[in-house]
Amino acid sequence: MSILVDKNTKVICQGFTGAQGTFHSEQAIEYGTKMVGGVTPGKGGQVHLDLPVFNTVREAFDETGADASVIYVPAAFCKDSILEAAASGIKLIVCITEGIPTLDMLVAKEKCDQLGVQLIGPNCPGVITPGECKIGIMPGHIHKPGRVGIVSRSGTLTYEAVKQTTDHGFGQSSCVGIGGDPIPGSNFIDILSLFQQDEQTEAIVMIGEIGGTAEEEAAAYIKANVSKPVVAYIAGVTAPPGKRMGHAGAIISGGKGTADEKFAALQDAGVKTVRSLAEIGNGLSEITGW
Amino acid sequence: MNLHEYQAKQLFAEYGLPVSEGIAVDTAADATAAAKKIGGSKWVVKAQVHAGGRGKAGGVKLVDTPEEAGAFAEQWMGKNMVTYQTDAGGQPVSKILVETCTDIAQELYLGAVIDRSSRRIVFMASVEGGVEIEKVAAETPEKILKATIDPLTGAQPYQARDLAFRLELKGGQIKQFTNLFLGLAKLFQDMDLALLEINPLVITDEGNLHCLDGKINIDGNAMYRQPKLREMHDPSQDDEREAQAAEWELNYVALDGNIGCMVNGAGLAMGTMDIVQLHGGSPANFLDVGGGATKERVTEAFKIILSDENVAAVLVNIFGGIVRCDLIAEGVIGAVNEVGVEVPVVVRLEGNSAELGRDVLKKSGLNIIAATSLSDAAEKVVAAAGGAE
Repeated sequence: MSILVDKNTKVICQGFTGAQGTFHSEQAIEYGTKMVGGVTPGKGGQVHLDLPVFNTVREAFDETGADASVIYVPAAFCKDSILEAAASGIKLIVCITEGIPTLDMLVAKEKCDQLGVQLIGPNCPGVITPGECKIGIMPGHIHKPGRVGIVSRSGTLTYEAVKQTTDHGFGQSSCVGIGGDPIPGSNFIDILSLFQQDEQTEAIVMIGEIGGTAEEEAAAYIKANVSKPVVAYIAGVTAPPGKRMGHAGAIISGGKGTADEKFAALQDAGVKTVRSLAEIGNGLSEITGW
Repeated sequence: MNLHEYQAKQLFAEYGLPVSEGIAVDTAADATAAAKKIGGSKWVVKAQVHAGGRGKAGGVKLVDTPEEAGAFAEQWMGKNMVTYQTDAGGQPVSKILVETCTDIAQELYLGAVIDRSSRRIVFMASVEGGVEIEKVAAETPEKILKATIDPLTGAQPYQARDLAFRLELKGGQIKQFTNLFLGLAKLFQDMDLALLEINPLVITDEGNLHCLDGKINIDGNAMYRQPKLREMHDPSQDDEREAQAAEWELNYVALDGNIGCMVNGAGLAMGTMDIVQLHGGSPANFLDVGGGATKERVTEAFKIILSDENVAAVLVNIFGGIVRCDLIAEGVIGAVNEVGVEVPVVVRLEGNSAELGRDVLKKSGLNIIAATSLSDAAEKVVAAAGGAE
């Protein structure tokens, strides 16, 4: 078991023949992901990486029966790509692209909700179930099948957590990058609820950062609904207010969204918090007894 | 990106919203001329900076003669204004806005933001105008009235009427408020705003609604499709080093400490600053070099970090995902050579070919300290910068 994706997940790629789409589809195929085709409007009928290219997502979905679509198109076209995928019947969309206008995401997210489509990202590394399916830009080789579920707003911080759980021998059930934007397709709660239901996941690592109140909302959810041990790390204790720290969503505004507030809410929910990102693995050992 | 008040009011006027007649000027002579051109016997002169709290800092004044308007401009142009929202150095005054004077019967608040939790544009209105709205929200949240905009249908007139009646507006004010609300909602959509604020929105002695101030913040991700707003960008309000970094698509934020940080990934960059502090050090900056971390980008990043005179040591923290660490190590060596870095540099490489990368660093013969782990890196860089505070 795992969440969102496994060895049977059939994946198509939007922006398939572009530089990003090509590179990361090659990596995904090498990892063992069941890539079944891709979409590039105007290049339908061609073969790319030994896979069929389609003009539209609906055509790709009808022909391949794809379960998931990964989006590598430029930010200006992502709203259209997400809406096209959502309308095609695909139930899982992973959008890697950074820099999508927020107003575009308000519409895309609303439409995905209405259609019962799970959107992951944008501005994220993607989703991986180690040894089975890699959708996104994360380095596959640092992962190891195992029992920790990881959910994070940051790409490289996810890799740090993955490396530590691999080095400690715990491995990962699935890792989900929900992305650093203010309007993510899925939030912590969406992913925490999946990890809570997943048999393979025995403990959860949650990595948040400054900005917004998603971590506080997750803390309340954990308190009421999550029985598995959770370790949390929040980045940005040293971040000054009013400054955007790289990610569009990482900003302390009007005194709200500080790391200290988030740490406090998570501690109150019974979550094991670590102040140093080097301590994620040790934190897991401590609360699980592994 | 932020706009100045005079620019926000230009946009309001284009959307048919009630603003004072005003002219933005650069010199004392122009300020005097502007007052004469506008006419009347009383004017408001307002210094234009990207910061709130201008009134208390003396940046807003009521004047009785065109010459006084000129004197105000003389006093402020070329100076920096320090308010509770700026740092100690303040923000340079960019222009002076000369406006007609408005008689105020009542001050309201009207604003809109993208609310992350509900994933909606939310309008907020209050009878408590002219004061810090954060304070009203904290102390008397019931006095903040809200209207949530459905992203698929957009703002509707009934939502405006609902707010207007709850604000206890009367008669013709209901229609004025509806026009204002719908106009602002359209402006928000058309111009990809992230925040919009009219504080105060006043009721004049004649009973008309009037936008007395205007604050607009634009979604940085949408600038590519807002050419007109790009032209309104005022670089004088930006931090020089942040602007230089942006040219290389590097994310840089200056801080007060003495340990320069160069990291790939925004989250890891924040995490690195935090771990430096946890080990008793003080980070000098946030810097995300991005996924590529090529020699060119690393070189530019070093130049920006070292332009801060406080920097006593630099920590390079790279998690090599798909990029190999030995290639990154060569980039760091090349950059250190080219820039002529004189402070100690601690490098922590992890991930893809990390050991190979550490070997490359060792063999370089440069003043580069290779760290074996993140905690080790933090300890070493704090020691190299002169020890914990």
